Formats: sequence, C-alpha cells, structure tokens
Amino acid sequence: MPTYFEKKQLVTPGELLAEGDYLAGNNAYSEENKIYASRIGLADCENKKVNVVALRSLYFPKVGDIVIGTVTEVGFSGWNIDIKAPYTALLRASDVLSRPFKPQNDELSQVLNQGDLIVAKIASYDRSHDPQLTVGEPGLGKITRGQIIKVTPSKIPRVIGRKGAMISTIKQETNCQIILGLNGVILVTGKNSDDEELAMAAIQKIENESHTSGLTDRIAQFLKEEKEKQEEKTK
Amino acid sequence: MSEKPEKLINKKGLRLDGRKTDELRPLKIEVGILSNADGSAYIEHGKNKILAAAFGPREMHPKHLSLPDRMRLRCRYHMASFSVPERKSPAPSRREVELSKVIREALEPSIFVEYYPRTGVDVFIEVLQADGGTRCASITAASLALADAGIPMRDLVVACAAGKIEDKVVLDLFDTEDKVGSADVPLALMPNLNMVSLLQMDGILTTEEFEEAVNLAIEGCRKIYEMQKEALKTKYMLIKEQEEVEEE
Repeated sequence: MPTYFEKKQLVTPGELLAEGDYLAGNNAYSEENKIYASRIGLADCENKKVNVVALRSLYFPKVGDIVIGTVTEVGFSGWNIDIKAPYTALLRASDVLSRPFKPQNDELSQVLNQGDLIVAKIASYDRSHDPQLTVGEPGLGKITRGQIIKVTPSKIPRVIGRKGAMISTIKQETNCQIILGLNGVILVTGKNSDDEELAMAAIQKIENESHTSGLTDRIAQFLKEEKEKQEEKTK
Repeated sequence: MSEKPEKLINKKGLRLDGRKTDELRPLKIEVGILSNADGSAYIEHGKNKILAAAFGPREMHPKHLSLPDRMRLRCRYHMASFSVPERKSPAPSRREVELSKVIREALEPSIFVEYYPRTGVDVFIEVLQADGGTRCASITAASLALADAGIPMRDLVVACAAGKIEDKVVLDLFDTEDKVGSADVPLALMPNLNMVSLLQMDGILTTEEFEEAVNLAIEGCRKIYEMQKEALKTKYMLIKEQEEVEEE
C-alpha cells in the first residue's frame, strides 16, 4: 500500500497519489482502489487520508459559513448578494427587518442598497437551490466602516493559523477587529487607518508566503518592525 | 505551401521538415499568461501557436442553458484572420463550429462536471498561427487552462495525431503532410486513466495501419503529457521558489 508522493509535493490533476487502503480527502478522488489528485496543489497524507491543498480554487458555499458579500440587486422581497461563489446568494427582507415584511410600507433600498457590503451566514444551501443568507445573529449585518481585502479562499485557514494563532497575533498587534469571510473577503476595522493598513499589509504578506513554515513568527516580527517605523514617523 | 512537393519522405527516411517518422515537432508550453482569465495556457506545437483561456465555474448566462445536475462546458475554437496564408474570415466557419464541439467532448470526460450544478465553464481557444494538428494542440492547451483555473479534474487531457504518408504511418502531421498525405488520425488521451476521449480519422487505412497509427499517437501523447505536466508545475513552482528565497 504505497504512496507515490513526498510531503508537500506539488501534484497535478490526475497524478496517482496512493494505492490500496487509503481515503480520498480534499481535492482527491479514488477509482479502483487508487487515489488521484483532482486539482493542482500540495499533497499530504494524514491517518490514511490523502489530501491535496489546492493552490487555486474558488469558494464553494457551505451551510454555517460566515461570508462577506456585496449587494448586487434590490428585488421585491429581498436582495441578491454576490459572495464570490458560482452562485448568487439571496437575502430575504423578512430576515433583515425581523418583522413581517410589507411591500407597501418598506422601501428595501433604504435598508440595503446596491453596492453595500454585508457580513452574513449561509442559512441554507443545497445542489438544487441557490444559497440563502441570514443576518439575524450578533456581529452580522451591514458593514459601515473598515477596509476590505480579498485573498484566495483556500488561504483563509492560513490566515487563521494553528488554533487561531496567526489571526490573534495580528489582532493584538494592530488593535484591529478582523472578520474573515470564508469566501476570501476579509474585513479589517481599526481605530485609525494606520492600524488598518498595517493589518492589511500583514494579511497580504500571509497570502504571498502561505506555503512557508514559521510564518506566524515572521508576521509577528514584521508587525513589530512596521509599528516602530510608524512611531518614528509620528515623532 | 502553394507547390505540391513530390516526395514527403526522402531516401534517408526523413520527412520534409527533417523529422523521423516517429518524431514530434518541437513543443513549448506556458501556463497562466493571461491575467484576466481564471486560467490560461499558450502552446507552440511546431509552427502552431495557440492561446487557450478558461473561465469559471460561474453563473450560467443565459440562464436557461444551465443544467440542473451538472455544469455546462462551453468551448469556442476560433482561428484568427491572420492564422493562415490566405485571410480567413473571422466569422465562425462550419469547420470551427465542428471543432468546438469535438474539443468540448474531448475535455468533458476529464472534468468533474457534477461538482458544480447549474454553473458554466467557458473555454476560449484562439489559433494565432495554424500549421496542421491545431485541434490536438488546442485540446492540450485547453486542458491546462482548465487546470490552471482550479477546476476539479480526473486527469489532464493530451492530444496528438498520427497519419499515413506515402504508405508509411508517421507521428504528428503538419499542414502539407496532412493535405498531401493519405490519412490523419487525431487522438486525445487521459494518460493516467488510460482512456481515449477523442478519436477521429479521415482518409483510408487498413486495420493494421489503423492500429499502428493509434499506438503511435498514444505514444506521442505520453511524450507531450510529460511536457504538459512540467509546464503546469513550472508556474506553481515559481511561486514556491520565490518564497524560499525570501525566507533565506
């Protein structure tokens, strides 16, 4: 029952990864007891499960995910939201207003207009229906301030870090609130724009160097250095 | 190529461009060269120069074309006006419409179309310069563009042709050989699964000759596959190496 790759080896779609008693994990598939890669990425094996960390992928909706989206259309009874997935998401008016929605009384574009950004949770999704969003939980809803940065969705786990180590480092060092949309959109809100810029630079650095090891330490150092530079400037 | 050459294979057994009968034309493949497309590839196969770009999976427009249980793959094979010696009208010809369909059907079995229902994937293939065997080079490039776009695939698809000129079965015909020769067998292969997704023939071959041509084409596909894989890895290796340098 051999595997045909080294840890973190770059594999292409269709490459034979393992034979025999293995399970196909992310971005891999099995056929006739053999495991093949289905995307370009880095192969990894854990507990007989063969995974490929995709270097290129798009966001695929999953129930319970927190996402950040843009309002693309105001409809009769809700909004169409672009969540950077292959499907447009729907947000129903009754969900936002938290009371029965009456078309004659409520003007939807006054609540959320085209181009507005929202933080939302995916309430329902299956293969035959477009995803539905909900904002009926604390922390969700329209974004009023802060800055947006976009990264490849497959790199979001790297931004979070092991047990949230990476993201908490950035939060501490910059005093920013950071909301990670699992669709690759990140919202950074700080007390001033300098803090926000710093947090964004750090996230950008993570995206560019996401395959390397010891990244959390380097990010911490990067933030310290940048902060010193900023302090010198203000003096 | 106005004059018809007398001999396609000389006394030494070499063809018009100096190749042996089982030799491929020189190949150059690059991945990810168009920044506006989700995935792209460029191939130079002999004198063929072909660009391929892939988009998606994205919402299907027009909506009524979307399929309830899988994604729709659309292909557009197009030859530039300047791709052939006589100006070609840029409007899609009968041949281009047919090739678009044939290429789509060669690529579709390699893609997990059932992963993204109701979506669409578009592949655009632009032939900048044509010299015989464009459908094969197009399939090779289009498959790379799809992989570069991050679309889940069973395998890459490689294509290569074999044919018959002057009673000899040869690999990878170019334009003149294709026109003067007596048969052409393009073949697309998914090399790891060992499955054929395109097999055509024009001309007349005996059963034995046909089998020889198919085997020769498969061998050619496997050679191209190594280069195809290398091209795909090169793009992503570059990202990795840059980071390693920064780390030091």
